[in-house]
Amino acid sequence: MAGALSPDDLAARVPDGALIALPPDNSLGSVALTLALIRRRARGLRLFCVPVGGFLADLLIGAGCVAEIETSAVSLGEAGTAPRFTAALAAGTLIVRDATCPAIHTALQAAEKGVPFMPLRGVLGSDVLAHRPDWRVIDNPFAAEPDPILLIPAVRPDFALFHAALADEAGNVWVGRRRELATMAHAARDSLVSVERRISGDMLEDERLAPGVISGAYVTGIAQAARGAAPLALLDEYPAETTVLRDYARAARSAEGFAAFLEQRLMPAHEPA
Amino acid sequence: MAITASAPVGFAPEEFLATTLARLILDPAAPPARHIAVGAASPIPAAACFLVKTLGHEARLSLLHKTSGNPFSEGTRELFDLTGQGRIDLFFLGGGEIDGEANINLIGTGEWPGSEARFPGSFGSAFMYLMTPRTILFREEHSPRVLVPRVAFVSAPGISPPGHFRRGTAQALVTGRAVFAFDGRRFTLASCHPGQTPAEIAAQTGFAYETPPEIPETPPPTPAELALLRGPVCAEMRATYPGFCARVWGR
Repeated sequence: MAGALSPDDLAARVPDGALIALPPDNSLGSVALTLALIRRRARGLRLFCVPVGGFLADLLIGAGCVAEIETSAVSLGEAGTAPRFTAALAAGTLIVRDATCPAIHTALQAAEKGVPFMPLRGVLGSDVLAHRPDWRVIDNPFAAEPDPILLIPAVRPDFALFHAALADEAGNVWVGRRRELATMAHAARDSLVSVERRISGDMLEDERLAPGVISGAYVTGIAQAARGAAPLALLDEYPAETTVLRDYARAARSAEGFAAFLEQRLMPAHEPA
Repeated sequence: MAITASAPVGFAPEEFLATTLARLILDPAAPPARHIAVGAASPIPAAACFLVKTLGHEARLSLLHKTSGNPFSEGTRELFDLTGQGRIDLFFLGGGEIDGEANINLIGTGEWPGSEARFPGSFGSAFMYLMTPRTILFREEHSPRVLVPRVAFVSAPGISPPGHFRRGTAQALVTGRAVFAFDGRRFTLASCHPGQTPAEIAAQTGFAYETPPEIPETPPPTPAELALLRGPVCAEMRATYPGFCARVWGR
């Protein structure tokens, strides 16, 4: 396992135009890796939000890193609408592919199984489906009566980017019960993970830790980043800094306000090592 | 919100709406609500569910965004797997727009995907609305802007054609002014909140609905219900909805 990589080292591995899976704001999003992508001036990224986007997606969009976003929603939750997402959509500089939460999960579950698609109930009659030429409705081949059902094609992200509480010497990371992150990591070609702490040993040898582990088989890069999720929450370790998120929602209504907030409030705390 | 100005003193509009939702949850004519899920940023529906529980009714309540003691061990995906199997009996949905066929729009207006106004997006609604035996639609703002003749985009349809797999649809729509019942085809004005008249509601509603000759007033919370909301319900909610509890209950 590589020694002391920084978030910037991991961001350097993500080429422009990559398809990147991100967790939602309340579930181990990596602000450290997001800011590293902004520092490396990534361009043309295609975001795949699992299953919704928020602060992380809005930061990347505001910094000009994103060409496309597939998501079931973009919101800052209690802090309100995502201002740079909304502005980019209005300006026509962002391709938005609307989905619905279980379709996002299904696309990744198909990829982790290595099958080309998986069926999903519901969604019929939604305009989300009408705007997804890549989704297909077939007649359930096992039903006696006509039974239209949706097929979602597998999505294999180039990278899954997230933050984990722990990494061990064997290259495993611990995310706890947030198993949709495991699906994301299983489906992605590479998983780049910032971690709060490193511990000795192998967590897969510990029956109590193992169920919350994502195996090092999927993890291709780990960077140490204490408080790497802040100002978002990290499980029960630290809560979201709601005043920072509210300040962001207000400041980022303008491109200038966004740039100033990024420079003054976010970047100083995350200088490259 | 509309009932603020004219409601009798003694309870907050949020308490009134939570009580109204709780009575709909307990409607004996509706399918049983053994397991209720509550989505993100829904403190009033959450309060309604906790009120139902503290009134002594057996119900499992799963708050998606509960910060500690979250009900799911497989991530939020588990909600959709449970719902796919039919294990979630009741869910709440809202909409930037809602129309008379109980279609909801969480996408936006103008050209797809929201060139005039962009709402957050559909979340899981396109799935949950069809796969849950009953849904209570809840939107505090009751205006022609929200309650429209026809939604600009359908995030999730209220009515599906025969042959589309669907377990249920809207039971009712609760707003800051009124309760509408939904029979699978049309809304009927079921009650007006205190201070509202059928004529005013008609003026504030963009879609057509049935109006019976006699419209009751939505009953206010009882002192016992208010005591439960301010005591055990607030205590249950404080960790997940601190801002809401501070605003409504001052703690």
